[in-house]
Amino acid sequence: MNDKMSRRDFLKSVLGASIYFLTGCSKELFQKRFQEMSPEEIKQMLKQLQAEYRKKYGININVKATPAIKGVIFGYALDLSKCIGCRRCVYACVSENNLSRNVQIHWIRVLKLKKGVFNLEKSEHYYNPKIVPETGYFYIPVQCQQCENPPCVKVCPVKATWKEPDGVIVIDYNWCSGCRICMAACPYRARKFNWREPLLLKDQINTETHYLGNRPRMKGVVEKCTFCIQRTRQGLYPACVEVCPVGARKFGNLLDPRSEIRYIFDNFRVFRLKENLNTNGKFYYYFSLGWR
Amino acid sequence: MNKKLNIFWLIVLFIVSIGISSYEEKFNILPSRIYQSVVYPCSNCHDSKEVNLQRRQLQFHTDIKLKGHAEAQRWCLDCHDANDRNKLKLLNGEKISFNELYRLCGQCHGNIYKDWKAGVHGKRIGSWNGNKKYLLCTYCHNPHNPRFNPIVPETSPKRPEETLIK
Repeated sequence: MNDKMSRRDFLKSVLGASIYFLTGCSKELFQKRFQEMSPEEIKQMLKQLQAEYRKKYGININVKATPAIKGVIFGYALDLSKCIGCRRCVYACVSENNLSRNVQIHWIRVLKLKKGVFNLEKSEHYYNPKIVPETGYFYIPVQCQQCENPPCVKVCPVKATWKEPDGVIVIDYNWCSGCRICMAACPYRARKFNWREPLLLKDQINTETHYLGNRPRMKGVVEKCTFCIQRTRQGLYPACVEVCPVGARKFGNLLDPRSEIRYIFDNFRVFRLKENLNTNGKFYYYFSLGWR
Repeated sequence: MNKKLNIFWLIVLFIVSIGISSYEEKFNILPSRIYQSVVYPCSNCHDSKEVNLQRRQLQFHTDIKLKGHAEAQRWCLDCHDANDRNKLKLLNGEKISFNELYRLCGQCHGNIYKDWKAGVHGKRIGSWNGNKKYLLCTYCHNPHNPRFNPIVPETSPKRPEETLIK
């Protein structure tokens, strides 16, 4: 036998390699937009994604794509007369949603405001006293307001973000091109950008994830609060609701007249941030004490 | 035939009435006072003592101080049952367990009791669409000093200029 490679063998291997690259390595490149995928394709893609995560982080990460529950639109209410600005919600969110730890990304910002003035421009979220609440101040946690009329969705040039049937605005991280126009459009500063590869230690990762929610993100994509889509679509409360030590955070189905959120509408005066912009958010603020 | 039907309806009525009567008062609560009620109930000490109804400086329980809760008008035995220390006492004399103490608090704080029943006052954990767990009043409020104490906040977010970029 001659040890030189024959012309036929060479062509075979080149063809094999190119097929491997086209089908295997760059499957992500040919992935469709999430909304256009068939259930079969979603299943396959999730399987592949899990294998990728196993390779990257060395642990099994369960990625789901649970669809919205029918007859449910999520709403959120926050009692400003109870919030003490302790930031428990901020860090519960960080660990639940696999947020980057090295370059900090926080989906919730707790603003401190002087009592008597409601000027968001004079608010501060870097406050750091020994104990909270400080006298003479009140606190407003701000996160994604899940607008019914979302400016961020309108401006996205690649349609990587959209409103789900349960009213939650989600992002297909695989489709996001990282142009950050949505961040400029959002009046609540709710969207955050991964300027670097997010650092997540193996033991910090929450392994119960959702494709459109808290699965580990990559460099160069935009992310934001999804009302803990991985929890709420299973019927659980969001992580920030469960951790709040004063019970200021309330969550429920806007379409269910017996839900907690509808009780709040019936019994308290609610308001939303920047209502004049007609974003029609589903995040309501109210005062329960002394405002009946 | 008619008799059988009558009995059937009677049973239905019975079940429905049980349902209605328990609807108001049954909540899926996180039980309270497991240690006290099971491991070391109050009656262990108090049963051997004589009941003294006098308002006085206590020799025991010196850590319990009524503060900011109408202390001038109130005394231990207004809420704790004098004869059965493992129970609380409502204004109408009904004895209730520590797990039902929301009824005791609700006697004065009616609005808040109404909100609590709806799941709006206080913290809930579990499911938004069904099996939510209610936390009792005393999980968050010290009944003898109910005002919320200030707590230490979590660390502030880093300012952009503090963020380390290698």
